[in-house]
Amino acid sequence: MSEILIVAEHANGKLNPSTAKCVTAASKISGAKIAVAVFAASGAAVAAEAARLAGVNKVITVDHAANEHALAAVIAPQVAALAAPYSHVFGPSTTFGKDLMPRIAAILDAPQLSDVMAIESATRFVRPIYASNAIITVEVEAGAKIVATVRTASFEAAATGGNAAPIEAGNVDVELPKHTRFVGLAAAKSDRPDLQTAARVISGGRALGSADAFKIIYSLAEKLGAGVGASRAAVDAGYAPNDMQVGQTGKIIAPELYIAIGISGAIQHLTGIKDARTIVAINKDSEAPIFEVADIGLVGDLFSIVPELEKQIAAGK
Amino acid sequence: MKKILVGIKRVVDYNVRVRVKPDGSGVMLDGVKMSINPFDEIALEEALRIKERGEAEEVVVVTMGAADCQQQLRTALAMGADRAIHIESNDPIEPLTGAHILQKLVEREQPFLVILGKQSIDGDNNQTGQMLAQLWNRPQATFASKVELSAKAAKVTREVDAGLETIEVDLPAVITTDLRLNEPRYVKLPDIMKAKKKPLETLPVADLGVELKTRVKILKTEPPAARQKGKMVKDVSELVAALRQKGLV
Ligand SMILES: Cc1cc2nc3c(=O)[nH]c(=O)nc-3n(C[C@H](O)[C@H](O)[C@H](O)COP(=O)(O)OP(=O)(O)OC[C@H]3O[C@@H](n4cnc5c(N)ncnc54)[C@H](O)[C@@H]3O)c2cc1C
Ligand SMILES: Nc1ncnc2c1ncn2[C@@H]1O[C@H](COP(=O)(O)O)[C@@H](O)[C@H]1O
Repeated sequence: MSEILIVAEHANGKLNPSTAKCVTAASKISGAKIAVAVFAASGAAVAAEAARLAGVNKVITVDHAANEHALAAVIAPQVAALAAPYSHVFGPSTTFGKDLMPRIAAILDAPQLSDVMAIESATRFVRPIYASNAIITVEVEAGAKIVATVRTASFEAAATGGNAAPIEAGNVDVELPKHTRFVGLAAAKSDRPDLQTAARVISGGRALGSADAFKIIYSLAEKLGAGVGASRAAVDAGYAPNDMQVGQTGKIIAPELYIAIGISGAIQHLTGIKDARTIVAINKDSEAPIFEVADIGLVGDLFSIVPELEKQIAAGK
Repeated sequence: MKKILVGIKRVVDYNVRVRVKPDGSGVMLDGVKMSINPFDEIALEEALRIKERGEAEEVVVVTMGAADCQQQLRTALAMGADRAIHIESNDPIEPLTGAHILQKLVEREQPFLVILGKQSIDGDNNQTGQMLAQLWNRPQATFASKVELSAKAAKVTREVDAGLETIEVDLPAVITTDLRLNEPRYVKLPDIMKAKKKPLETLPVADLGVELKTRVKILKTEPPAARQKGKMVKDVSELVAALRQKGLV
């Protein structure tokens, strides 16, 4: 029988939606028993949220002042200390999970599977390689504990509200390293929908030409209630902050609607949007590779198209 | 001597659109252009800049793989690395095994800093640096976009989902690079000539006493689900109509 431990991701007293997606992934293993572990300075509110997720059998809280900020080197030994009864340890394929999970795998001497997209059995998983240009099905040796990061764009969030899993305090008696210290977080504050969970996302590329010009993207996004993304070129050039980068090495997203504006459609960018339901591309070059994957394409100058699009959408409401 | 150890992996060049073999046994690699993993180029550039600022004395590059990986080591030497180590293995190396091998090398070389890429763009694992840091019992600063060194610590800005996080780690430590840490220099022709004379040591993987385990077997390789070719619209009105029809606006 599979016993799965999921490391919860949270910030500011709230569970990150990536955790509910890990729960769905874990529930694909038949007969799985699922525990969610919350490492925090004081994790009661987050634990209560986790306990409401459908499919969760129990929640373990590990409260410790050292867990105020999610430092991988500090959390990993605590997860490992809880891991003995579990066959699998899952975390989200977000920067939190990518940073943390390999350290856990190293302590447990367990193989790690990154970016799991589908789960066929307790030992058989599907994941992407080569910027998602190839998809592999892998079988993990019997008997090995399995550590995995779950590609959040590939799973729906587990339902919330219908469950009340028991919450217990975890007992981890391990020495925590002091060699790593949190200094600060510069988070871009915005009231726009979160890029990773937004139903609609609008992204701008190098063609925008400046941070100032990027405002037309924000403005259109506001009319559509959309999250905003960017290509690497736009982020490198300073038109948009790093947390907006979509792609192989940025965020992988699966919105209902993705509008790529002035983005050529490099392999690394397309990796991030392959699971979008509808892709719209606006580009002045009819040969741009983005049109090969777009469901709807419009060739033309973005600087006239985007304001017009915004106007027509606003008029139709 | 204050050393920095840098990982250099040979991978399919990032411009190549990789294709799956029709029989599903893997991807087509024959005649495909190979390069240094882009994140490793950034790692090496950072190490060279640290050395050029006088904060390190030697930059040692290491690769694990078959004999042809030496091409990428030579490129790394031409970029400015002082010395190269080739851990020779013809079998694929899983990330945890790779981390164990690097850990052996760390014991031997005693670097104050190890800089690796955040991920190799072939396997897209994003594991080795973190695993090495744990096996070595040292701090990690992953996804670095800025590194400032002082005598005993490194202050590192990290690209995280929420924005930019800054942490401070005691040295020695493992740093993994993100795209915006720096822009790697170009290799100049005379440097390629000079690099031929720089030391390149080859060690059979067996000599390091690390067992090559294969615990994850690839059963099949498939192309990603193809997207259907969509339609072109001629103007904004048609675009809006198409979006309305799909119920998207
Ligand atoms: C290791 C590695 C990882 C990477 N990871 C990522 C990643 O995660 N995400 C990512 O996005 N990229 C990534 N890249 C970069 C990627 O290869 C491309 O360089 C990048 O996506 C290009 O961005 P772009 O499309 O905005 O710019 P360009 O390729 O320069 O395209 C600009 C487009 O705008 C169009 N255009 C210009 N003017 C106008 C106008 N007035 N109106 C309409 N259209 C116009 C042009 O026709 C062109 O198609 C990575 C690269 C490497 C090497
Ligand atoms: N075979 C290898 N040789 C040298 N360095 C490697 C090798 N495999 C991984 N690395 C290093 O580890 C980083 C992360 O790799 P990965 O965990 O495979 O995504 C790479 O960017 C390299 O710096």
